[in-house]
Amino acid sequence: MTATAEMTAPVLTAKDFANEQEVRWCPGCGDYSILKQVQTILPQIGIARENIVVVSGIGCSSRFPYYMNTYGMHSIHGRATAIASGLKAARPELSVWIVSGDGDSLSIGGNHTIHLLRRNFNVNLLLFNNQIYGLTKGQYSPTSEENKVTKSSPAGSLDHPFNPAALALGADATFIARSMDRDPKHLQQMLLRANAHHGASFLEIYQNCNIFNDGAFEIFTEKSSKAEEALFLEQGQPLIFGANKDKGIRLNGHKPEIVKLGEGFNADDLWIHDEKDFFKAQILVRLFDNPHSAEHFPRPFGVFFETQRASYEDAMAMQIDEFTAKKGKGNLDKLLQGNETWEID
Amino acid sequence: MSVPTQVVEDVVIKFAGDSGDGMQLTGTQFTNNTALIGNDLSTFPDYPAEIRAPLGTVAGVSGFQVHFSSQRVYTPGDSCDVLVAMNAAALKVNIKTTKKGGIIILNLDGFDSKNLRLAGYADGVNPLNDDSLQGFEVYKIDVTKLTREALTDISGLGVKEKDRAKNMFVLGFIYWLYNRDLQTTIAFLEDKFGKKPDIFNSNVLALKAGYNYGDTIEAFTTRYKVEKAKLPSGKYRSITGNTAVAYGLLAASEQSGLPLFLGTYPITPATDILHDLSKFKNFGVKTFQAEDEIAGITSAIGASYGGSLGITTTSGPGMALKGEAMGLAVILEIPLVIINIQRGGPSTGLPTKTEQSDLFQAYYGRNGECPMPIVSASTPSDCFDAVFEAVRIAVQHMTPVIFLSDGYIANGAEPWKFPQTKDLKKIEVSFKKELAEGETKLRPYKRDEKGVRPWIVPGTAGLEHRIGGLEKEDETGNVSYDSENHQIMVKNREAKVNNIADYIPLQTLDSGPEQGDVLVLGWGSTYGAIKSAVAELQGKGKSVAHAHLRYVRPFPKNLGEMMKNYKQVLIPEINNGQLIKIIKAEYLVNAKGYNKIKGTPISRAELVGAIEELF
Ligand code: SF4
Repeated sequence: MTATAEMTAPVLTAKDFANEQEVRWCPGCGDYSILKQVQTILPQIGIARENIVVVSGIGCSSRFPYYMNTYGMHSIHGRATAIASGLKAARPELSVWIVSGDGDSLSIGGNHTIHLLRRNFNVNLLLFNNQIYGLTKGQYSPTSEENKVTKSSPAGSLDHPFNPAALALGADATFIARSMDRDPKHLQQMLLRANAHHGASFLEIYQNCNIFNDGAFEIFTEKSSKAEEALFLEQGQPLIFGANKDKGIRLNGHKPEIVKLGEGFNADDLWIHDEKDFFKAQILVRLFDNPHSAEHFPRPFGVFFETQRASYEDAMAMQIDEFTAKKGKGNLDKLLQGNETWEID
Repeated sequence: MSVPTQVVEDVVIKFAGDSGDGMQLTGTQFTNNTALIGNDLSTFPDYPAEIRAPLGTVAGVSGFQVHFSSQRVYTPGDSCDVLVAMNAAALKVNIKTTKKGGIIILNLDGFDSKNLRLAGYADGVNPLNDDSLQGFEVYKIDVTKLTREALTDISGLGVKEKDRAKNMFVLGFIYWLYNRDLQTTIAFLEDKFGKKPDIFNSNVLALKAGYNYGDTIEAFTTRYKVEKAKLPSGKYRSITGNTAVAYGLLAASEQSGLPLFLGTYPITPATDILHDLSKFKNFGVKTFQAEDEIAGITSAIGASYGGSLGITTTSGPGMALKGEAMGLAVILEIPLVIINIQRGGPSTGLPTKTEQSDLFQAYYGRNGECPMPIVSASTPSDCFDAVFEAVRIAVQHMTPVIFLSDGYIANGAEPWKFPQTKDLKKIEVSFKKELAEGETKLRPYKRDEKGVRPWIVPGTAGLEHRIGGLEKEDETGNVSYDSENHQIMVKNREAKVNNIADYIPLQTLDSGPEQGDVLVLGWGSTYGAIKSAVAELQGKGKSVAHAHLRYVRPFPKNLGEMMKNYKQVLIPEINNGQLIKIIKAEYLVNAKGYNKIKGTPISRAELVGAIEELF
């Protein structure tokens, strides 16, 4: 296994990861908070700045690398995942972070996203989901809810949206989590978890675009509704939510259902969260109801699923080592000569 | 009976049959055997795009042409001396290009009424019975029957499997006809089928039966022999263009000290380069079969950014998909080699047929002002040197480079006087590791005297910086939308590519007078045809010279001057006239074109005609 470069630098602070570039997101954009949380956790992960690379595609979120005092590439639309794959294959010791948006990595770059996940490169994919195209000034995105009225859908959008966590699970991602810009503590935890996972970490971050899709997630993020609508997952703990922590989710066979605690059910009857359980994860990622519908499940946040599988770059290095051990180090002269030669005098 | 042997100088054989008849393997085996006896040679495999094209039809004919000689050989030959036709369709397709008086060897079984019908012969017409083969030396052999008879003792195989050895019977017979040794092919069969004794035995028995058939049957009154060719002295092997590309890349990786990373997606006719490179893991080569063409190139960009030698291989349709990413590499100014094995287009076009029609795409096929150097290869073995040069330019000038080959030289083979590593040039590469003296702040886009920026890879402490696809400020590389700056940067990037002309050799003549009536200017795979056509006309006393471009962008500095030394310039291309338009625009010369767009190489004879018309 190739360990990511260990700490060689002196103790750093969040400031060390910021640079002098003026941050150019709209005032109030959720991206600011995400930038701040990333800069806050990076000093804790013990990796020298020069060994961190942030790769992004195109979109508002993709300006991210410019504001980081690490190595970075702001690339082309949808391809950050593929660029990061090549970089990680070539340089397994680097800590590679991909910053992308819902349009970037689920629409134009959807193909690369699923392949990155199945191959399991040891990278962190931060998907800033704002359910809108911000940079092009407000068109519906592949995560926008149905019937969304935008500049490109004045009569409402017809597209059924992606469920990003379910998509990631379908692509056999080895780490799937969800967080939100408005909960710095939770976001920091999730960023640290994503980084700690050896393999492709898929972290969806609900991000408010206050210009073109303001309040898209406020039902999950605002104090008044958060407790009722957001379900925070904790390993080994029952699924409990509600302002009074009086509601829970239990599994009735394969069917999840909401129950009231104290009314015939107690915490022992509830679904106990287990990140390692692939089958439960399949149900969990499907708790994706419209929060404005009459009967609906709360939206889960936290780590849905984590499993271990060899990362692509480790397998690649191992294969090269094994092949070399078996065949001996390559000899170019022998190769150029081949098996059959003849002399002309 | 002992048959007398006649020494001949120059022979073209075409093996043709159904795409399931194993003609490519037969041709390759004959080629290797020919190479080993020291003949000069050139091959032209030509096969349908479908893996199993409709059986017995004209569309399903697969052919392999080998031209071998005791003289120098530059093309696979315009027409063949010997045609082996396994069925009626193979005869129908190839009779036009078989020399009058030539030998035609027919597999009788392939001329039954069904095969005749599938080949599109009219009812009741059989070329074996009418006079259409008059003037040829025709031998009808019941290959199927003879092969089955030879394999009667093999009990483990059914008839269908036994019939697969038919091609070996034919090969054995041709070996007899040309006085060859069977050993190379037996060794090959051992390697391939050694673990399947029945299949191995059936192939060897069929091969020997074919050979012995020549000995026993009294129909053939002469055997032939081609003496060793008078090639420059040295050690030779046979090589195809695609293998030469793979070897050239590997050599460039070793000589530059940069680990090789190939990001690619399978596409005809480029895939063999992936096949070859994926075997070189013990050289540390990393091959990545990406999810699509775009991920092929962008993963290579990621690897280059990390300090590897990033390579992507493709053909025309893949080039189209890679366009945006090439632009990224241009604006990032990082090394990358994009290999395009051209085929007939547009769109999916003619996947297995050759064409030189992606030159415009290489020159202009991207958004914005997006210049990229272009290097082309002219013969199978030249692919080695040309791709080595493409790498050198990419890493020393911090630019993506397009390397152009095509299906004809990619699959064609020729003898190669292979180099020793000690004779290969080193490719000097340096990474920027720290700020220079007096430099207080990193300026990642500050250029050296060649106009080239430094290569700084992640992991270099103290030089952390950000790069991207947005326009950058001169020197600092910071994002800039300043209009003056944009013009400066466009000019900088262009100058960097133009400056490469100072670091490539001047154009030389391949043959002919330094001043005269006609200069034939070519690029890429037309080399052999031009060389032999020009030689023929020079032999007739014509004042004609041949220059062949390797560097297509930028052009060698003396090219304009060179063209002025001739009354006329002829530019033959396997396209609708691309280099010619670029040359005209660049140098205002009144060049003439000779263009063929039929998915096949230009022949020597037609080119002789085209040049003669200029006199
Ligand atoms: S448009 Fe929306 S997502 Fe983009 S910077 Fe502004 S607020 Fe943020």
